[in-house]
Amino acid sequence: MMKTQGNVFKYQDNVDTDVIIPARYLNTPDANELALHCMEDIDKEFVKNVSVGDIIVAGQNFGCGSSREHAPLVIKTCGVGCVIAKSFARIFYRNAINIGLPILECPDCVDEISANDELFVDFDTGIIKNITSNKEYLAQPFPDFIQNIIKSGGLLASIGKDND
Amino acid sequence: MGMTMTQKILAAHCGLESVSAGQLINARLDIVLGNDITTPVAINEFNKANFDKVFDKDRIAIVLDHFVPNKDIKAAEQSKSCREFSNAHEISHFYDVGKMGIEHALLPEQGVVTAGDCIIGADSHTCTYGALGAFSTGVGSTDMAAGMSSGMAWFKVPSAIKVNLVGSLPSNCSGKDVILTLIGMIGVDGALYKSLEFVGEGIKSLSMDDRLCICNMVIEAGAKNGIFPIDEITRAYLDGRSEREPIFYEADKDAVYEKTIDIDLSKIFPTVACPHLPENTRRANELSHIKIDQVVIGSCTNGRLSDMEAAYKILNKNKIADGVRCIIIPATMQILRECVTRGWYTAFIDAGAVVSTPTCGPCLGGYMGILAKGERCIATTNRNFVGRMGHPESEVYLASPYTAAMSAITGYITEYEGDK
Repeated sequence: MMKTQGNVFKYQDNVDTDVIIPARYLNTPDANELALHCMEDIDKEFVKNVSVGDIIVAGQNFGCGSSREHAPLVIKTCGVGCVIAKSFARIFYRNAINIGLPILECPDCVDEISANDELFVDFDTGIIKNITSNKEYLAQPFPDFIQNIIKSGGLLASIGKDND
Repeated sequence: MGMTMTQKILAAHCGLESVSAGQLINARLDIVLGNDITTPVAINEFNKANFDKVFDKDRIAIVLDHFVPNKDIKAAEQSKSCREFSNAHEISHFYDVGKMGIEHALLPEQGVVTAGDCIIGADSHTCTYGALGAFSTGVGSTDMAAGMSSGMAWFKVPSAIKVNLVGSLPSNCSGKDVILTLIGMIGVDGALYKSLEFVGEGIKSLSMDDRLCICNMVIEAGAKNGIFPIDEITRAYLDGRSEREPIFYEADKDAVYEKTIDIDLSKIFPTVACPHLPENTRRANELSHIKIDQVVIGSCTNGRLSDMEAAYKILNKNKIADGVRCIIIPATMQILRECVTRGWYTAFIDAGAVVSTPTCGPCLGGYMGILAKGERCIATTNRNFVGRMGHPESEVYLASPYTAAMSAITGYITEYEGDK
């Protein structure tokens, strides 16, 4: 159901939610307005250069810090098709699943992927294909419970289903 | 197999006799919390999902604390949306300007959260209430919306790291130095997805304010929650304060921990986390060459009465150094009032500091003390990420109220020598 193909934006360990979306902009819940500032404190060019389907690849503890759901929301609103990291901070992980931003943990592949590589990601199978280097990786699968939330289109949609 | 204190509370809230690490559960919630930044997003989700009522009007807390009194028109709209939602659903724990405080200082003070609770809050520092013997963790706005509607949340039962404390703190240190030391030891993801359970004879020397501060910052080590066992200090704090009957849980004797970290409190020294991660810790006196432009004493980490007292001890009859702006923010109206009654407010003004009504303001770079390019601040807050308090090229050093207040009067990062 969910596949994405695009270019890689590569970041280091501990990308925090303050750099994903600085709190000085959090005086609005409007995702489109917030998305204009996505990543701006560590990558001023990101918003200019990102295209629908592109992929963020990062190191350990992606999304650490604040619980602001605005962080996965702006990444999703910018059109990013998937975030791949060695590990995710737990609130970001939870928020991404809840709002339907595809994320994958793949500690092995991150160091072998470079900025601007072209990737193909099949979110259902966890297969990550680096078209530029012609290498293939398998991300860790989600537990069924979480797969259900993702397949329903997020937490609230999945709760709605349970009630039906 | 024995359960940790956290696992005991989670088991009780999902109706199971026992749970084990890694298990996915659906747990009943005692309190669902949000603030003026995260609640508007939750309200949007609540409405989009066509939820029409909250699960319990007395079990939801909405606190306007990040950008109030409203810093601009957009912030005013966010507060208004929280106010309208709270009125429409008759939320009994809605805290507006005049009654509000910084959420994680306010809810324990007002007895809204108590021992044995299972709490989610759309704010990462919701982990603070572990100090009272509760399971409490930060989530996002969608979880808040689901929690407000159903009174339930899903969790993966965490494994735990035991932090064994012995001895007692030197008089120039506080809970802040303990948690900064721990984060320096294990790193910003050293407890990722796990509980940090604090035990040992050393805890009896830690006040409730110290414990609240320590649990507040466990998220900066990636932890799901931090928790202290129940003792006389907990009971004395909760007595006459909790609006619901507290329930006291304790870890099983044979509870399983991933590892144990031993900390001798008597060996703790004044600790500072350097830019741009809370794990970059150094002894304060190694940083005496660092000149500062601003000092912030406050936040959900260190805006409590004992923090104000620490600042008073140092600032009373002293002067803030030339070229330094010192901003003091008592975390709740009650704490602010105490500062006035005890004469501390006057002492702060006489020293050359400014005192604000409660707000998260500068901690997250919202307002009330934003840094310009190249400026440095020593703050009792909890994060020193790039751009956290203003310009991406400004710097934040995290420290205790003692160290921050001493630095305010010298203009450089300076250790407090302690009681003589």
